[in-house]
Amino acid sequence: MTFQPLPTITDDTAPFWDGGAVGELRINRCRKCRTWFHPPAPVCPDCLSMDVGPEVASGKATVAAFTINVQPWAPDMEVPYVLAIVELDEQRDVRLMTRMVDCAPDQIAVGMPVEVTFQAVDDIWLPLFRPAVTSSPKES
Amino acid sequence: MSNAHSHVGERDAVISGIGQSPVGRKLGRTGISLTVEAALAAIADAGLTRDDIDGLSSYPGAVDSSPGMSPVGVPELKDALRLKVNWFSGGGEVPAQLGAVFNAVAAVSCGLANHVLVFRTVTESSAQTAGRRASVVGSGGARVSGPMQWMVPFHAVSAANWVGMYAQRYMHEYGLQREHLGQISVNARRHAMLNPRAIFREPLSLDEYMNARMVSWPLGLYDCDIPCDGSVAIIVSRADAAADLRKVVRIEAIGSALHGRDSWDQRADLTTMAAHDAAPMMWARTDLKPADVDSAHLYDGFSYLCLQWLEALGFFPKGEAAGFLAAGESRIGLGGELPLNTNGGQLSGGRMHGYGYLHEACVQLRGEGGDRQVAGAEVSVVGAGGGPLAGCMLLTADR
Repeated sequence: MTFQPLPTITDDTAPFWDGGAVGELRINRCRKCRTWFHPPAPVCPDCLSMDVGPEVASGKATVAAFTINVQPWAPDMEVPYVLAIVELDEQRDVRLMTRMVDCAPDQIAVGMPVEVTFQAVDDIWLPLFRPAVTSSPKES
Repeated sequence: MSNAHSHVGERDAVISGIGQSPVGRKLGRTGISLTVEAALAAIADAGLTRDDIDGLSSYPGAVDSSPGMSPVGVPELKDALRLKVNWFSGGGEVPAQLGAVFNAVAAVSCGLANHVLVFRTVTESSAQTAGRRASVVGSGGARVSGPMQWMVPFHAVSAANWVGMYAQRYMHEYGLQREHLGQISVNARRHAMLNPRAIFREPLSLDEYMNARMVSWPLGLYDCDIPCDGSVAIIVSRADAAADLRKVVRIEAIGSALHGRDSWDQRADLTTMAAHDAAPMMWARTDLKPADVDSAHLYDGFSYLCLQWLEALGFFPKGEAAGFLAAGESRIGLGGELPLNTNGGQLSGGRMHGYGYLHEACVQLRGEGGDRQVAGAEVSVVGAGGGPLAGCMLLTADR
């Protein structure tokens, strides 16, 4: 078995970790002031409303920072791989740390448009990201 | 001295004694053995006896999950020395490694204790020798919870990965190059060569730094500190209770603020860290300025974290690390404008997890640095932590 630590699932985090089963990136959002926030919490960090819950985000994001990991931290780890912090298109201050796929180490760049793709492992759908292949909807 | 704060309580406390066990690789000793040696040395250094110690504080408390990271907690040392304490505290939810010192200062300042023994012990070198890698979360197959769950499942398993991303963004934003980070590593080695207790004492050139293997871009082998075994103890005393005034180091100000999110990936500005919250708080509690600092002892668990502390503390304007570091030895060397990590830091001295800097700052302010003494050192700054962890102290000589 290859190195793949998995998260503990709680009632708060389950929608995030199993959304990939139906192709959805689910992020918590305030139903009152519409602020997105992550990680999941029972209260809106902006207006303090407790009327919050997961909603489906587009899965479109932008690379804010990256690293190319070269060191094998476990015996069965394949290196190198690209890690990134991505900012969601819905709201730039909502970020995910993630692993890039279909992205060569010399291809990654700050500002690169990326999109979510899910990797299923046991009961978890890991939201990984790849360079955007579908064009963003143009503003009309 | 005028101050915006009516009561800067940290000035009611002093560091009255310091002690350090041997620090090294694979020492073959237990954590408690190293801790007792450091503790007894600190008590004797302060001119006190075991019966004078009425408080105990440590970071981050005994930790079983990460081998060697913190093998000794407060209860074990208390029992070994049969201490009768009026106040004690051990744990990790504090403003980084020095949080245990801040707790001790607060306890002394409000009268809960007169002499608090503060300690930090690591046996990470021995633990790794035993075939376990101390720094990798999730390698045991157990599920990951808490903040780690947002990083480790994506294979962002090491602090080298998290810090690497911050360093990359700073490079992107401000034109920093690896050569500049290398100045921090080469400087640490230069100073370690003057410190008999440092672990790496062979010369390190910038070429060797640049040609070393990559760990997590842009961080290479010599950007990462070195696991070690060892223990540091200090005594925090009520200022008017210090026994040996020749040993006293004064606490001018503490910075313990965390205003940004307690997270490695959600901080609003990825080119800053918690140090940028803690440092302004410290400066707001004193009339001293960055230009008054004679020596700086700043966390270099990764070279980039040291850069962050230098910037957060105002030694150069935001974004101008490259220009500051390019000057190399003339700026951060022993005879330079701001002697930095005079004991070799953690990069070459060994990962005493914040407490090596504090010990060395006291050595400098007491004028006991020998070959690596900064002439006339009267003001030293200590900063520990990285990412969402930060705490700093401004210390002064008792002259």
